[in-house]
Amino acid sequence: MKPPVLPDNVAALAFVCVLLMPCAVAGLALLAAGLARSRNVAHSLLSALCAVGVAGVVYFAVGAAWQGTPGGREAVLWAGGRPWGWIGSGRLLLLGVSGDVSSAPLFTMFGLFAVCLAAIIPLGAAAERWRLGACCASTAGFAALVYAPFAHWTWGGGWLAQLGATFHLGGGFLDTGGAGTVQAAGGLAALALAWILGPRRGKFHPDGTPAAVPAHNAAFVLAGCFLAWLGYLGLNCAGALLFARCDVRGAAIVPLNVTLSAGAALLAAAAVTRLRYRVVDASLCANAWVAGLAAASAASSAVTPAGSVIVGLVAGTLVIFSVEWLELRLKIDDPAGAVSVHAIGGLWGLLAAGVLANTGPEQWLAQVVGIAALLGFVLPAAYGFNWLLDRRRSQRVPPDAERRGLDLHELGAGAYPDFMTHEEF
Amino acid sequence: MRLAGFLLMPAGGIIVLAALSMLPPGAAREAFVLAGVAIQGFGLGVAIRSHLPRPEEKE
Repeated sequence: MKPPVLPDNVAALAFVCVLLMPCAVAGLALLAAGLARSRNVAHSLLSALCAVGVAGVVYFAVGAAWQGTPGGREAVLWAGGRPWGWIGSGRLLLLGVSGDVSSAPLFTMFGLFAVCLAAIIPLGAAAERWRLGACCASTAGFAALVYAPFAHWTWGGGWLAQLGATFHLGGGFLDTGGAGTVQAAGGLAALALAWILGPRRGKFHPDGTPAAVPAHNAAFVLAGCFLAWLGYLGLNCAGALLFARCDVRGAAIVPLNVTLSAGAALLAAAAVTRLRYRVVDASLCANAWVAGLAAASAASSAVTPAGSVIVGLVAGTLVIFSVEWLELRLKIDDPAGAVSVHAIGGLWGLLAAGVLANTGPEQWLAQVVGIAALLGFVLPAAYGFNWLLDRRRSQRVPPDAERRGLDLHELGAGAYPDFMTHEEF
Repeated sequence: MRLAGFLLMPAGGIIVLAALSMLPPGAAREAFVLAGVAIQGFGLGVAIRSHLPRPEEKE
């Protein structure tokens, strides 16, 4: 079997949308770099580039084969008299992918950029203390062993995508823009890494209270939000065209919903931070904007604009309380808020899609099953792999490197050699 | 404790899959799926708790 053949106009639009996806990668990288301290900026951006490179090469080597495409070859397990497609079994090294009429190259392009986006999410949580080599090794493991199987379940025609056909659960697991496959998977891997690496030096005082570590460049952070917006528009439109089988007119609602969700999330965060802290917090608003984009990614073609506003309002509020809760209560040091934005935002988006999407009865149950798959597979697998990697050689830089900054320690030069930097802890 | 938390998460997932494949559509299936997710939530709680710094570990 081959991937579905798309009409020419749909394929052309999907191609343009897929080409916008790297903007999301650039946006998130800029956001994480802006939230880091000035002595770690070059390292942060280079780590993002390395993660993209490693994820891309792993996708070429095994990821594309294991992820597969809808209607493509897959390994099937029979249980309860029903087929469970658990991993793609296409050809390795992208052999067999050519510019034919099957649209396979489009699915491959989409898969490549999606894995790159998922791979840079953990960088936000591991910032300012993660070795570059460890980042590359961890990204390789994530892309091959964690992301690819899950992406097959959702986007490769695997068992989650087939929940509608095999178990009559709505239209199957809804995740056209990757709220689960990209956002929640990346966010849960970020949580695993934050646990394994531990907090940055000096982040928590001896009595356990957290110290404020201010972002070095709010302009980077907010510019990153604009770039991410463009990228998520491409991601969601392409996902709707490729996986939800929208036509060109049907896909027109997607950018509307994505923008409404992000906007509502931003407004909610601005209102909540104004009420709680008496000022509008720029970095939390930026986090809320991305959380709105992440939450909208579950089913932006299947919900109404009013539903998208609700999704965004809740996502924006959730992210503020989640950032606070993780830091104050759970003592998790997540410099860029990757866990709150991507894991919490993505999971909320999946759940909301089950309630708000017009895709048939028991859609909510399909979404709950998808969330169970994320918690039951992605988090333990990401934690287990990174734990093993850390046992072999610590993924964290030495304490002195943290004090000097990762730019000097690993790259030999700071990002801003002309600037005087003040002494920090 | 950490291991128990991370084992409970796939265990809950297996309950979800078993409920899907063994039970007919209806309230019982939904209840078992939710029970599986609740077990995962419990496992996540245990994992979170196991990562909280002990008083002497706090920096």
